[in-house]
Amino acid sequence: MERVPVLKIGDILLVSIQIDMEDQVALQLQEDLADKIVATGTHGVIIDISALDIVDSFVGRTLATIASVSRVLDAETVVVGMRPAVAITLVELGLSLPGIRTALNVELGIAMIGTRDLSGLLDDEDEDEPDQAAVTAP
Amino acid sequence: MNDESQRLPVDTDRDVVRVRQLVRTVAVAVKLSLVDQTKIVTAASELARNTLVYGGGGEVEVTRVHNERRAGIRIVFADQGPGIVDLDLALTDGYTTGGGLGLGLSGARRLVDEFDIDTEAGKGTTITIVKWCR
Repeated sequence: MERVPVLKIGDILLVSIQIDMEDQVALQLQEDLADKIVATGTHGVIIDISALDIVDSFVGRTLATIASVSRVLDAETVVVGMRPAVAITLVELGLSLPGIRTALNVELGIAMIGTRDLSGLLDDEDEDEPDQAAVTAP
Repeated sequence: MNDESQRLPVDTDRDVVRVRQLVRTVAVAVKLSLVDQTKIVTAASELARNTLVYGGGGEVEVTRVHNERRAGIRIVFADQGPGIVDLDLALTDGYTTGGGLGLGLSGARRLVDEFDIDTEAGKGTTITIVKWCR
């Protein structure tokens, strides 16, 4: 079975889903992430779904469960990169993903989590207001 | 007037992924818009999973269809499972017997242009969906 890698970058965990996941792969990701949150003590999880051309109710529910489990483990989850057609379809399907925070891309997701130790990762020149620069970067 | 159909078995998680991929390929071939491609693939994913989880497995048939004015895609999901006893209830948002969200059947119906369901307790369920190009 394929597996979705969970990467630790600075203070956060980054998951970029690049495959059309079987349901079991999605459930495995849920478990792997919970383990990794505890093992690393991270407070932020970014899940990049920009490569997914659909999100059905199973994947949507898995994302919601991941967000809830993360919260219980003192970490915040931001789902980033949803395609416009996927957003339209999800809402029409009846899934508005309540309880899931979203951002348009990874950079904005990181800014949303407000991780302090990541300013170096975001290629910040402005040392006075690193967080603000991160948010407004194109 | 219809082209040849393509059939796939639905007996494992992996098969559900194959159904999504086949539907996507055909949806692109009939030139559905990107949003409509996304909708039909999502609907197919929901119904193929239902075939597997509730129907105990079955078969999917994907066909390019045409009428006088438009091209489209028709997908038939067939299983010989327990059937749906209360169809109105099964089509209600949020109702589930399988521990899911209860959006598969009702949500899939909203995503397509035509939705037909033929089910009998103890005999199985056949669902036909069609999406037309705009």
